[in-house]
Amino acid sequence: MDFGPFLLLALMEGLVTAAVLALTASGLSLAFGIMRVVNVAHGAFFMLGAVLAWFVSQWVPGPAALSFAAALVICPLIVGGIAALADTVVLKRLNYEPEATIVATIGLLYILEQAALSFFGPDARPVPAPLNFRIQLPWFGYSGYKLMVVVGAALVLLAVWLILRHTKAGLVMRATQIDRDTARAFGINVDRVYAGVFAMGAGLAAIAAVLIVPIQQAHYLMGGDPLLLSFIVVIIGGLGSLRGTLVAALLIGLSDGVISTFFAPTLAKIIATLVVALVLVFRPQGLFGTRAA
Amino acid sequence: MTNKLITPNPSRRAVLGGMAAGGALLATGLAPRFAQAQSSAPIKLGFQLHRTGIGASYGRWYERTATAALNVLNEAGGINGRPVEIVFEDDGTDPKRGAEVVEKLTSQAGCDLIFGTLFSHVVMGSAPRAGELKVPYLVCSEGHHVASGVLNRWTLQPGITDVKSQVQSMAPWVTTNLGKKVTMVFPDYAFGHDHRDFFTAAVAAQGGEVIKHIAIPPTETSFTRYFPQIPSDTEVLYHVMVGPAVLTFVKELGEFYGTGARPEIFGFIDSLEAVNIASPGLEFLEGTHFWEGHPRYKQADASEAEGFYRAAIGVDDTGASVSDPADVATYAHMFSAWETLFTVKVAMEAAGYQSTADRQKVVEAMEAMTDFAEGNDHPQGPKVFNGKTHQAFGLQSISKVEGGKLMRVHQTAMEDGFYPDEVDYTSMSF
Repeated sequence: MDFGPFLLLALMEGLVTAAVLALTASGLSLAFGIMRVVNVAHGAFFMLGAVLAWFVSQWVPGPAALSFAAALVICPLIVGGIAALADTVVLKRLNYEPEATIVATIGLLYILEQAALSFFGPDARPVPAPLNFRIQLPWFGYSGYKLMVVVGAALVLLAVWLILRHTKAGLVMRATQIDRDTARAFGINVDRVYAGVFAMGAGLAAIAAVLIVPIQQAHYLMGGDPLLLSFIVVIIGGLGSLRGTLVAALLIGLSDGVISTFFAPTLAKIIATLVVALVLVFRPQGLFGTRAA
Repeated sequence: MTNKLITPNPSRRAVLGGMAAGGALLATGLAPRFAQAQSSAPIKLGFQLHRTGIGASYGRWYERTATAALNVLNEAGGINGRPVEIVFEDDGTDPKRGAEVVEKLTSQAGCDLIFGTLFSHVVMGSAPRAGELKVPYLVCSEGHHVASGVLNRWTLQPGITDVKSQVQSMAPWVTTNLGKKVTMVFPDYAFGHDHRDFFTAAVAAQGGEVIKHIAIPPTETSFTRYFPQIPSDTEVLYHVMVGPAVLTFVKELGEFYGTGARPEIFGFIDSLEAVNIASPGLEFLEGTHFWEGHPRYKQADASEAEGFYRAAIGVDDTGASVSDPADVATYAHMFSAWETLFTVKVAMEAAGYQSTADRQKVVEAMEAMTDFAEGNDHPQGPKVFNGKTHQAFGLQSISKVEGGKLMRVHQTAMEDGFYPDEVDYTSMSF
């Protein structure tokens, strides 16, 4: 294949990766930025979204587009509900101590994975895409749905940004992020904010999973890669900075697409992990993070 | 004596006699009593099963196949007149866990031998432990690792042909009918490397050339990014993929070529095992070719044994479960679990197998085997067994997708798959 079409394909693939990654990582970033919780179970929430999407596709009759739309609404709500419950029942009781929450979320990861194995089974199961058209370029064909994923992810991210910047809920969240004690003094129910933020983070991972599952199939072990990549993105972008997360997701997604198309996907992962190491050494707060006081 | 003890109305004399005999047995210690009971105690076979992990769809069907074969075996009187049990143990398709499963089945469950392992990396991880424990380990993995001599005297592959033989027997057909410039896409581990090494050599022997190797990590979930590496002068695209993402792989391949020009496609059915060929997005497979170890769609000239085998497991003529048409079998491979069990029967009976002390005799009896005739015990077809290399050889099918069904267009001859011995396990010590 010639260089031009080759690059085009690489960029398109990279854009899809970046879009999904931005969604997943922003959920992780949100939970860390506001709650200071390193959520190791984030990948499991992602997997849960995909697995639930399969169940919805089985239960909702009619065309694939209808069940997909239903999954897009139902899955994040259920996953968010589970996350809120985990926050109230477990994390809150640990007083959000960093070491304790890491161990607790590792436990949560195992519980969710094994639950999926028990109720969903060990097989990869396909979820039909809501639309099945292909873009035929002169050099290669490309899934139209993949481009829809990019648009969908961008819309959701825009909504998240609007919520954080322009709604009362967003204001409360930002207040809690800046100073938890002062926020409480002003009558903000910090417990509810935390549960809400944790649910929102998990819900974002679930939306990303519902978007990607028609491409990848639902499988109980699918949460590993998104978790690793999300951590990479969040560390490079700066923990807690949504803008940094977006920029880093684009950077990692596109470079992953280009490097893995032109060279090898493993090399792309090696480079991404190397960049993380360099960022941690030379700019520990990340590209857009603020240095901890 | 023991028979008399369980008759409904034993006479006083028989009871007294039985008690005396029982007392005598107890007095002489445990060993003789166990030897006495051995003749009717069930034979326990361990099955290393990929119930979870990346091999789960195979595991589901291997369990069904082995269970069905076990029923047939027991209805016909078991082994040496003794009933047979199978102890299934999940290895998570994980080599490390695999070695532990071998240990557990041998030491804790007390199995007489172990069989059923498919994924080659699990075989590689488990076989050394089986050798240390001196337990016969009969794999169903297709890998060339048995016949190449890297494993040990306790590991045999009597139920399925290895990759080297498979690809060598099909290469002439591929280069003659599809093209001589080949690009290979394969998983980047032992099984895929067997394909890479032996198909490349086999194509070269036919005057063809593999112009590009594309290795894909076995845990990969997205494949489009690999396809641009396929050179545009490729005449035949050879693909073999395993794991939960196989459907994604073929779908993305279809998207990539779309309606544009594409090379001939020759795939191993592994890329499509447990996947319905009528899934949306797979229409492009029409007219492409597949290797099948055992044709998924019942062919017009299918043997009687073929029908018996399908009915026993519960597979319909399209290769799906009779109770759920969406549950497609791993049909091209799972016959190996069935056939291996019946080779165990023959070997154990030939060895006069009594207890785990006779394990070595089973291996020796198996090494003495030369061929298996087609029939209910070997529904996939006849096989030749090489006792020196511990490897079975059978017939391979090449099928073409026609009207959404896999129709056999070529079957190899037995000799096509033979190659010079690379090892003589019989000269190794136990």
